Amino acid sequence: MSAHVNAPSRTSQDLSESITGGVGESPSRPDGNLKVRGDYAYSSDLGAEDMLWGATLRSPHPYARITGIDVGPALAHPGVYAVLTHEDVPGDNRYGLKIVDQPVLAEDVVRFRGEPVALVAADDPETARRALELIAVDYQVLEPVTDPKRAAHDPALPKLHPDSGCENNLVRYQPIVRGRQDVRADVVVSGTYTLGMQDQAFLGPESGLAIPAEDGGVEVFLATQDLHSDRKQTARALGLPPDKVRMTMSGVGGAFGGREDLSIQAHVCMLAMHTGKPVKMVYNREESFYGHVHRHPAEMYFEHGATRDGELVYVKARMYFDGGAYASKTPVVVGNATTLGTGPYEVPNVDIAGWGVYTNNPPCGAMRGLGAVQPAFAYEAQMDKLARALDMDPVELRQRNAVEQGSVLHTGQQLDYPAPVGELLERARKLPMPPERDPAAEPDIRDLPGGAANTTHGEDIARGVGYAAIIKNVSYAEGADDYSTARASLQAVGGEAVAMVHTAAAEVGQGLVTVQQQIARTELGVERVNIHPNDTSVGEAGSSSASRQTYITGGAVKAACEAVRETLFERAAAKLGHTPPDLAVVDGKLVSDSHGVLADVVEILGDEVIECTREYHHRPTYPLDPETGQSELVHVQHAFSVHRAVVDVDTQLGLVKVVALDCVQDVGKAVNPDAIVGQIQGGATQGMGLAVMEEIQVSDGLIRNPSFTDYLIPTILDTPPMKVDILERGDPHAPYGVRGVGEPPTISAGPAVLAAIRAATGLDLTHAPAGPDHITGTAG
Amino acid sequence: MRLNLTVNGKLYETDEVWEGESLLHTLRERLGLPGSKNACEQGECGSCTVYLDDVPVCSCMVAAGQAEGCSVRTVEGLADGERLDTVQQSFLDAGAVQCGFCTPGLLVQAHDLIERNPEPTDAEIRESLAGNLCRCTGYEKIMDAVRLAAQRKAVS
Repeated sequence: MSAHVNAPSRTSQDLSESITGGVGESPSRPDGNLKVRGDYAYSSDLGAEDMLWGATLRSPHPYARITGIDVGPALAHPGVYAVLTHEDVPGDNRYGLKIVDQPVLAEDVVRFRGEPVALVAADDPETARRALELIAVDYQVLEPVTDPKRAAHDPALPKLHPDSGCENNLVRYQPIVRGRQDVRADVVVSGTYTLGMQDQAFLGPESGLAIPAEDGGVEVFLATQDLHSDRKQTARALGLPPDKVRMTMSGVGGAFGGREDLSIQAHVCMLAMHTGKPVKMVYNREESFYGHVHRHPAEMYFEHGATRDGELVYVKARMYFDGGAYASKTPVVVGNATTLGTGPYEVPNVDIAGWGVYTNNPPCGAMRGLGAVQPAFAYEAQMDKLARALDMDPVELRQRNAVEQGSVLHTGQQLDYPAPVGELLERARKLPMPPERDPAAEPDIRDLPGGAANTTHGEDIARGVGYAAIIKNVSYAEGADDYSTARASLQAVGGEAVAMVHTAAAEVGQGLVTVQQQIARTELGVERVNIHPNDTSVGEAGSSSASRQTYITGGAVKAACEAVRETLFERAAAKLGHTPPDLAVVDGKLVSDSHGVLADVVEILGDEVIECTREYHHRPTYPLDPETGQSELVHVQHAFSVHRAVVDVDTQLGLVKVVALDCVQDVGKAVNPDAIVGQIQGGATQGMGLAVMEEIQVSDGLIRNPSFTDYLIPTILDTPPMKVDILERGDPHAPYGVRGVGEPPTISAGPAVLAAIRAATGLDLTHAPAGPDHITGTAG
Repeated sequence: MRLNLTVNGKLYETDEVWEGESLLHTLRERLGLPGSKNACEQGECGSCTVYLDDVPVCSCMVAAGQAEGCSVRTVEGLADGERLDTVQQSFLDAGAVQCGFCTPGLLVQAHDLIERNPEPTDAEIRESLAGNLCRCTGYEKIMDAVRLAAQRKAVS
């Protein structure tokens, strides 16, 4: 049976490969066998001789002053080896991805419910948990700041970071203005849209093992999206030079942005170094909800003006993002949301502003689709609203205004790569529809809203169809020097040429290990490629985020392999006396069209290893002007996707069954088509979750649903069949023409589902997720 | 307390099991079998699914003491030596594994489904796997994998 199950339709391929498993094919994952056997070592599976268990005491209050901590009774408990507070942080008690504003352990103030206050190491996890209960912390409870708009503008509220120098509780304000500001339009639609707080809900809990080293340093085995970023922040907290903090990637049980900030890293190292013993920390699910950042909730006012024949004249938008207690990625969320806030449409006159703020709500940071998910819910709702006001087909309205190669965005950046949004929409419209429900036939209730709960047999069910088109930036932006490092080697092993690729780039499930093998096979012409474990003994790779790793680390692996190949050719020339200019490596042999097979690679290699390390930097980007938001090139690349959703809604109960959720996406070049389909379907499911069920309920700064019982993510019953149509319009600036894949489907799926529910019900539905209370009009 | 149980055909006798301990904890931390996963530890995600005397259960919801004298089969016990079980091979071939944290539980649950119902319909597959959360795949390739496994088992 072929491995290509349910293969996607694709545009033409022109790569001719002489070895199998190269770029453009879909070889299976090198870690797959271990994973299906249960033998793949995730960070929570680790253990060591004489190991202790770490645990974290967290603040029960969203905002309070700490007036005293008594660790004595906890320390006296049998089996407890250490109880640590902020006084025990050996280095600088501050860390942060963009702004260094977060204490490793709280000092005099706690700024969110769940903030780490103290740590325990004990010989058993239950003992550690009981010791936490024996730590006495005196709090003077303060009134929390919970309203993001007031946090931005009200100078009467307490400043949560008084030393930050920021105005009120503002982390970042960014306006973008372009064109005329006094312009009028024939037809104007407006609305205020809100988005709840979404959780990454990766399944593998935050966890890691730290082992003190003889040189005074520490070895750390953990799950993260960026080893070097973790090391930099951890070393600072430990007061150690970075090379004394050696990090190795363990198995990562999903990430989706939630592993960009530190969780256990500094804590587990402190406990290990304090006790001189290996220490393991594993959060449980409730603690995980407190232990990582979430997607920023947002409130967004949008106004669209258009001519009577449907040409966009202007967009005005005001967006507020609640970053919670610490900055994390809030500055980037504001940057992405404002620069992508018009959607994939040409708009001549734009006035957009975004505010990201500190509050005492749970900290928010990276999640798949960072800063692009929020405005997409608003601008796509607006496009449908505008289509209704114009009595136009919503797909036609989008196509009429869609960007294309050469378009100038509202930042002033011209798209100098394919941007086939109109084509994506056309292909989405032409995808086959799911069969209509037959009202005469007895339905399988599992296919209906409410499912096995048996809430309907088909009565009061309305079907709707909705579309959404979106834009996302790929990689780091606004002038960041975005790069990755790869080390590639080639040597003869047992008479066969074998390549090795070594990077620090995090495999979080997306299949980067497979992609690296494929690139090495294509560039070096050998079948066997081993992937060295990710660690900090090789240069930085940057984070597995922003849909960037196939592009950036892929570029580094390609460059390193090319360097290895050049060295091989030089050695061949030295050994053979002369080599033709069209030399190539095919299936372990040096060949040329003119001379045929010249030599085996293993003969040229002999017993020497060729090893090269290369960095790949994408072309420079530039910051936004702080007042106008203009930039010659703020994003190195944009990605585009279109979703079409079909839903059935029980209009009496407000229950939704998503019937189909089909995607058309431009991926530039499909390096691994099957893995891309998996990324698109998985990403779309997260977007669907945000549209209909996923929301961290926060009131008075407290999370009300920190469990998988109360925070719902889609099950296999909630999730529909998903067709995927992949377009490959190569980006000439990117290695192989690739375009980032992972985030766009998460962004387009949700707005398409909401559009379909609006089409089925005729409701406005301005909040995501749209639960039964919104659909039945009973939401408070 | 002392606990005697058979896991993947092998008899284990272990001391120092705490009365409040879950079977999942015993498997992972005392018997060296971390294949069953600890994603939610409250019976919602299915990542810790094991056979307990031939019935799939969330091992996080079973007190270790309840497994006294029982026979447990975990993901580590599905393959026959080097040869993967058909369900495992089908998950690989269909691309149903991404991060893989849900995979052990899904494999046990899908294995049980096909044992009980060799030709499941799509609706039956979805109903049977509804207690196993996956955050990476969107479940499409898991559906492919289970259909493929059922087909392969039918012809073998």
